[in-house]
Amino acid sequence: MMTTINAFLAAKGIYLLTLILLSLGAAGIIVCNNYMKKLICMNVMQVAVIFFFLCFGQKTGGTIPVALSEVVKASEYINPLPHGLMLTAIVVSLGTTGVGLSLLFRITEKYGTIEEDDLIRRENKTKTGEKE
Amino acid sequence: MKENIPVLIILLPLCSALLCLLLTGLHKRLGRALVVLATAGSLVLSVIQLRTVITEGTIHYAVGGYEPPFGIELVIDSLNALIIVMISIIGFLTVLFAENFGDDRPVVKGSANAILALLITGLLGMTSTGDMFNLYVFLEITSLSAYCLIAMGGSKGVVSAYRYMLVGTIAATFYLLGIGILYSATGTLNMGDLSAILNKGGYDDVMLVSMSFLIAAFGIKMALFPFHGWQPSAYTHAEPGTRPLITGVMGKIPALAMFRYFYCIYGTDYIYVKYLLILLGVFSVFGMLYGSLMAMGQSDIRKILAYSSVAQIGYISLGFAIGTPVALAGSFLHMIGHAFMKGGLFFCTGAIRFKYGTVNIDDFGRIYKKMPLTCGLLVVAALSMIGIPPTAGFFSKWYLALGAAGRHEWIYIAVLVISSLLNAVYFFKVIEKVFIQQDKGLDDKWSKGELELPLTIILPVVVCFIAILGIGIFNVKLFDILMLTLEGVGL
Amino acid sequence: MTFITAIEYRPLLAVMVSLIASGLIYVLGEHIRPNAREAITLIASALKIIIVYSMIPYVLEGTEIHLELFSIVKGVSFAFNVDPAGMVFACVASTLWILTSVYSIGYMRGHGEQNQTGYYAAFAMCLSAATGICFAANLITFFIFYEVLTVATYPLVAHYRDKEGTISGRKYLAYTLISGQIFFAAIVIVYAVSGTMEFTPGGFLTEEMLPMPWALIVFFMMVGAGMVKAGVMPLHSWLPAAMVAPTPVSALLHAVAVVKAGAFCTLRVVLYVFGPTLAKSCHGADILAWMAVFTILVSSLIALKKTNLKARLAFSTVGQLSYIVLGICILTPFSTAGALYHIVAHAFMKITLFMAAGAIFVTTHKKDIREMLGLGKRMPVTMACFTLASFGIAGFPFFAGFVSKANIIFGAVAMGKPFFVATLIVSALLALAYLMPVVLIAFKKEVENPDFAARGEASLCMLVPLVITAIISIILGIAPNIGLHLFDFSIMAGNSIFTPLM
Repeated sequence: MMTTINAFLAAKGIYLLTLILLSLGAAGIIVCNNYMKKLICMNVMQVAVIFFFLCFGQKTGGTIPVALSEVVKASEYINPLPHGLMLTAIVVSLGTTGVGLSLLFRITEKYGTIEEDDLIRRENKTKTGEKE
Repeated sequence: MKENIPVLIILLPLCSALLCLLLTGLHKRLGRALVVLATAGSLVLSVIQLRTVITEGTIHYAVGGYEPPFGIELVIDSLNALIIVMISIIGFLTVLFAENFGDDRPVVKGSANAILALLITGLLGMTSTGDMFNLYVFLEITSLSAYCLIAMGGSKGVVSAYRYMLVGTIAATFYLLGIGILYSATGTLNMGDLSAILNKGGYDDVMLVSMSFLIAAFGIKMALFPFHGWQPSAYTHAEPGTRPLITGVMGKIPALAMFRYFYCIYGTDYIYVKYLLILLGVFSVFGMLYGSLMAMGQSDIRKILAYSSVAQIGYISLGFAIGTPVALAGSFLHMIGHAFMKGGLFFCTGAIRFKYGTVNIDDFGRIYKKMPLTCGLLVVAALSMIGIPPTAGFFSKWYLALGAAGRHEWIYIAVLVISSLLNAVYFFKVIEKVFIQQDKGLDDKWSKGELELPLTIILPVVVCFIAILGIGIFNVKLFDILMLTLEGVGL
Repeated sequence: MTFITAIEYRPLLAVMVSLIASGLIYVLGEHIRPNAREAITLIASALKIIIVYSMIPYVLEGTEIHLELFSIVKGVSFAFNVDPAGMVFACVASTLWILTSVYSIGYMRGHGEQNQTGYYAAFAMCLSAATGICFAANLITFFIFYEVLTVATYPLVAHYRDKEGTISGRKYLAYTLISGQIFFAAIVIVYAVSGTMEFTPGGFLTEEMLPMPWALIVFFMMVGAGMVKAGVMPLHSWLPAAMVAPTPVSALLHAVAVVKAGAFCTLRVVLYVFGPTLAKSCHGADILAWMAVFTILVSSLIALKKTNLKARLAFSTVGQLSYIVLGICILTPFSTAGALYHIVAHAFMKITLFMAAGAIFVTTHKKDIREMLGLGKRMPVTMACFTLASFGIAGFPFFAGFVSKANIIFGAVAMGKPFFVATLIVSALLALAYLMPVVLIAFKKEVENPDFAARGEASLCMLVPLVITAIISIILGIAPNIGLHLFDFSIMAGNSIFTPLM
């Protein structure tokens, strides 16, 4: 019994961890009241997916996908594609975070707060005589 | 030149977006002129592309000369080509229209134009690409530029944009997860290749897991009920000049992508497809009813239209849920028609806002006397939303209903009928305000010249007016073009 | 030029001429003088009459006038087909359009109405839709024009844009749009099961396509649209509410286009889609006939109680329209011909009554019957026409109403339905009971009403159409076939439906 669990964790445990990370991020976005924290949770979530990609890109006995003169067979390299994809994903997540931060900046400028319930209260207050 | 058209269509707005800010620094009008030219160029090329696709069949274009399945592939079939034409038209009109709104500082104006061009790029890219990960990149380009454009709509816009960003990123993450699962099982990112591998069998559970992520991802992006939470406030508070594109087109392209995954990649032989379709059908049905009911309670025309979009997206996904080629064609006909209806309605509200500075329908009393053209479009678009012939909305509803009848889904027909009646309630409320209510005597903020509005507003209004009636009357032409692709796809 | 001269294009021209007029009026209306605007209406209506009349000889010979324009939805063309039944309605609508137009000019100016441009534009649009309904060759073409008619009538009903008008407008829309959408669903089902939508005399649906409970459900889904517009109880209540609109609009609603379109819809559905066999075997026709009987009796009783003249006439319309529905549902050639002819007869009689009511309103501002004591002294010609039309409605011999009712009764006798015969006779008496008091009050000798001491008719624009329609309704009673051969058309239509069955 224990051995099967051990074997499973050894083989797939990392995916379980990424899944937990993902759920944590998602739960944080929903639960947190502070917009900054929400942004952080969003980042956690993105990182979880990046982990996921990198994990299945791994291969026992493979080396980094940089052409080395002594390693010639393709099977001795790990698949470079997930890493390449994740470079893009990191750039995208950087962009998203940037936009998110600048939006937060504007929110603080306009409302003076980034707490969600304060914001909702203020939004409702400005409903009449709204200016765009 | 001719073989590079698919990629040129995407590159033109992309380059113009990058150069726009620079040129705006040189001269205030230069950047905008470039974006207008680039989108016009895309429009022309997309029409040429459509002709080519119709006569010569699907175009496969390997970007940069790297052959698929390793390189990125653009696949343009008749369906894509048609949607690209739609995006280009609405995009071009929106670029023209946006001139009249927003901040007048050159930097802000320039960046607004640049971001608008980026949004168009993203949408065009999402439509043309045949690569799963490339789709993600374009999805994010679209979303990021949409966040910015929504944030430009004032203080409420910023909050709406922030909320949309959180939800949108969840969607993007889910999408990435979904394709990650598919990629780890099959080792390919090319959609055609993937479809071939998946259809060999043995991937049923993997497909189910990834599909549930994909449905959530696309559901959020297209604001399908119950994932629509971000949509009403985002559509309401977006930068007024860019609203037609955001509301008219942005929600449709994820729907197209969803269709690709459902019918082109997974295929109808997939064992769980029946349950997925039922799920989609339930979402659509509730979305259609919920959106219409919510829209009835609003008095801000932007909110009315935003909630009605929730319902209208339901029409589109209803077609997917029915799944026969006829119903799918109805879906896409509705996609195209609705882009012009919703875009047109937002052109109208923008025009009214431009002239009178109001968005509350209680202030609309008898403005038809002062803006006959705009109100003409308002009425035609509203009738089309309800589905009164001979407008576009009627015929898409016809094909949807016909598809539903073909599969004996009587409930769907009933929902279509109920939903159009609910649409009638709130659209006639607007029409009543425009034609019947007493004049509020609003100040005219623009009374130069003979015309009721500047030419850059009149042109979109007129084009949408013609398009709604034209798509309606000549729907069979579009139907035939769609059928070139959809024949054989679907149940 | 072949476009103008070729006979096939005439139905399209007949539709287009008023459509273009409508567009012209809407666009130019505010920028040109009222006279020029009205000239557009008059020219268009004259052209329309010429176009419609020019098709009469062809139809009489039995020539098929069939025009397929383009595919409107996959597999179905946007097509026109001129058949005798359509000709009857088209002749009535186009003839009455020109008369109503002249009358409208008198009424709207005499009453100093606002929003006249919108009014004339919507009016022309309605006529365009009505013509389309007459000539539509298949269900989808029919439905397109039917919905256009619904929408185009709305601004007319809500013409005054006050609270009452708004509410009536909403009521009208609620009734017509709901029934229209259900009609739409039914068309989809019919197309899905039969694969065709062409109107065929004698129907194209069979029992194999639609088994029993479905046949009845679809029957009522389709006929429902016709019932609403034709005001069959319990779906009639928009019609009296729409009385708030100006009188020429009421004339249009009641006589020229809208309710007749409803009756015509019932005709097409029962006899050209379902066909007598299926309509009978699914019991739809029977149920509908009984509903019509109920409507005829109840509406006449309600009319007795109404003191507002227009409201009384409205309920009279509700009853008279059910004659047509009843005639259709008896399912014999005679009754069908009678029903079709009643479209003509009722149109001319009811429009006379409404025009008279409008003329009275414009000259004396009286709406209530009780205030019309001695009116005959002031407006003898108007009231004389009113009297003649009243006799017609009651179905006196030598009036148009007699011809149609007699045929419906023949049909009922042939089918052995004594109760229907009795209903028709009783309702004729009731019609006398609710219309004669008006005449008697107006012509009461002993009383001298100071309001009506001096003689003063309405303006000629209003009086002339009124007299013409009154005279026509007598002529049609004496010689039903004169001029336009409308009675022949009715008989031809009835025969074309029932001959294949015999």
